[in-house]
Amino acid sequence: MENIAEEVLKGNRFALSKAITAIENEYDNATEIMQKLYPHTGHAYVLGVTGPPGAGKSTLTDKLAKEYRKRGKTVGIIAIDPTSPFSGGAILGDRIRMNELTLDPGVFIRSMGTRGSLGGLSHKTADAVKAMDAFGVDVIFVETVGVGQSEVDIVKAADTTMVVLIPGMGDDIQAIKAGILEIGDIFTINKADHDGADKLATELNMMLDLDGETKDWRPPILKAIANQNIGIKEVVDTFHKHHDHIEGNGQLTVRRTERAKNEMLDLLDARIGAYVRHNIVDNGKLDEYVQDIKARKTDPYTVVNSVLQDMLK
Amino acid sequence: MDKRIKVLVAKPGLDGHDRGAKVVARALRDAGFEVVYTGLRQTPEQIAEAAMQEDVDVVAMSLLSGAHPHLFPKVVELVRGKGMKDALIIGGGVIPETDIPALKEAGVSEVFTPGTPTTKVVDYIKANVK
Ligand code: B12
Ligand SMILES: Nc1nc2c(ncn2[C@@H]2O[C@H](COP(=O)(O)OP(=O)(O)OP(=O)(O)O)[C@@H](O)[C@H]2O)c(=O)[nH]1
Ligand SMILES: [Mg+2]
Repeated sequence: MENIAEEVLKGNRFALSKAITAIENEYDNATEIMQKLYPHTGHAYVLGVTGPPGAGKSTLTDKLAKEYRKRGKTVGIIAIDPTSPFSGGAILGDRIRMNELTLDPGVFIRSMGTRGSLGGLSHKTADAVKAMDAFGVDVIFVETVGVGQSEVDIVKAADTTMVVLIPGMGDDIQAIKAGILEIGDIFTINKADHDGADKLATELNMMLDLDGETKDWRPPILKAIANQNIGIKEVVDTFHKHHDHIEGNGQLTVRRTERAKNEMLDLLDARIGAYVRHNIVDNGKLDEYVQDIKARKTDPYTVVNSVLQDMLK
Repeated sequence: MDKRIKVLVAKPGLDGHDRGAKVVARALRDAGFEVVYTGLRQTPEQIAEAAMQEDVDVVAMSLLSGAHPHLFPKVVELVRGKGMKDALIIGGGVIPETDIPALKEAGVSEVFTPGTPTTKVVDYIKANVK
């Protein structure tokens, strides 16, 4: 397909799909596509959905998307699943819970493997979000992989982050405190049909009380039974509330500015890294360096210093 | 470039046999492919739309119920109708040898029947994907 970016802007769904492939696989035309799409971004609201494996993130996303559709909004969904570190392959299974959305022309779903990224997203998620944004959807859900403690990249990508928890993990909650509990703008206790939802809510409340005083937004704790479509409207209402809150106090602008900065620096790092690597691989110097380092004739720090000095001359 | 072969493993129709599809999905993952699995009971329309949204290189259908003469060609037609000219379309499951020529005629590139080693499927995809 030619003119992928132009076609995306015209609302061509296959072009959006092709654009995301180009981004994800780092095809030669990816940068040009992003350059053309970028001016048209900044309109979609990005919702992060994160939480432990099997908590019901995909089921919730499916139901929340339907609620947004009822309210007249178009929806994009990016669903991330883990890439096997051994084979490089992945089973992308989030769509199983979203099949009823497949034929809705106001919804576009794309699955992505993490491909080595450790933060719960893939390195290309941010650009895939931008492609959907430029395409013109109103709301973009980003479902992370099932997370433990440290996979918190979603806060950098989303305007509002929802952490999904489930009963039965109450005793472990201290253990995950350091990680995903700090990133929630909203907490949803899903599978509230299981015992222990109230207990979990109480414990969460206690923990939020501990650091609640310093913040002007106290993350609400909601309950849902996603597979029965219970509690869904309340979650969407709360998304709206959080949106209004951070728009009102300037936090949304702060978050998006911070995101733009991080993304630019990440891009710069990636480009410089790739450039320098290619250089020392192409001129055959890499093996020489490694031999000398192994023989303790020199050290990696000295080599890197001199490589960079040569290249930046 | 970080190109990985992406495959949609799909179960069209009402057939509830999913062991084979899952075995194939896992084998493809272990071969380094990205495998989108959409679960049971997909209409041909859903399969084609999912294939398009995911921009897969391969659409791999699994069917053990006997409905392949109708469903496989329908999926081929709809996938091509989405503009996916290059996607490789293959099928597998309980499919009588005598049905295979007609399926190929309809645009299914290859058909894999019970007992096929999954390595054969992997090799076929690697050799034929565009
Ligand atoms: C296990 C089984 C079941 C299990 C299924 C469990 C499950 N979740 O999958 C249960 C008990 C539930 C079941 C139920 C029924 N079954 Co049954 N079942 C079988 C059986 C014995 C084995 C199937 C199997 O799992 N094989 C193991 C897997 C790994 O092999 P496979 O699926 O063939 O996959 C391999 C290849 O075919 C190929 N492949 C498969 N798909 C794909 C896809 C791609 C893209 C590729 C590349 C390759 C590929 O690669 C795989 C690895 O080699 C077969 C008989 C048989 N020998 O095939 C009957 C069989 C499929 N069942 C049959 C029937 C009739 C039924 C029922 C209708 C019975 C009934 N009257 O209630 C129900 C219907 C269920 C439903 N909802 O659809 C018939 C189908 C007849 C037909 N096609 O005309 C069969 C053929 C038995 C028979 N000889 O009559 N069944
Ligand atoms: N009992 C109960 N089951 C639920 C509820 N919500 C989802 N489930 C089931 O929980 C299982 C996992 O749901 P998913 O939506 O796939 O969970 P997930 O968090 O997306 O899982 P991963 O993406 O694999 O981390 C499925 O079998 C759902 O049907 C709920 O509220 N109650
Ligand atoms: Mg999921």
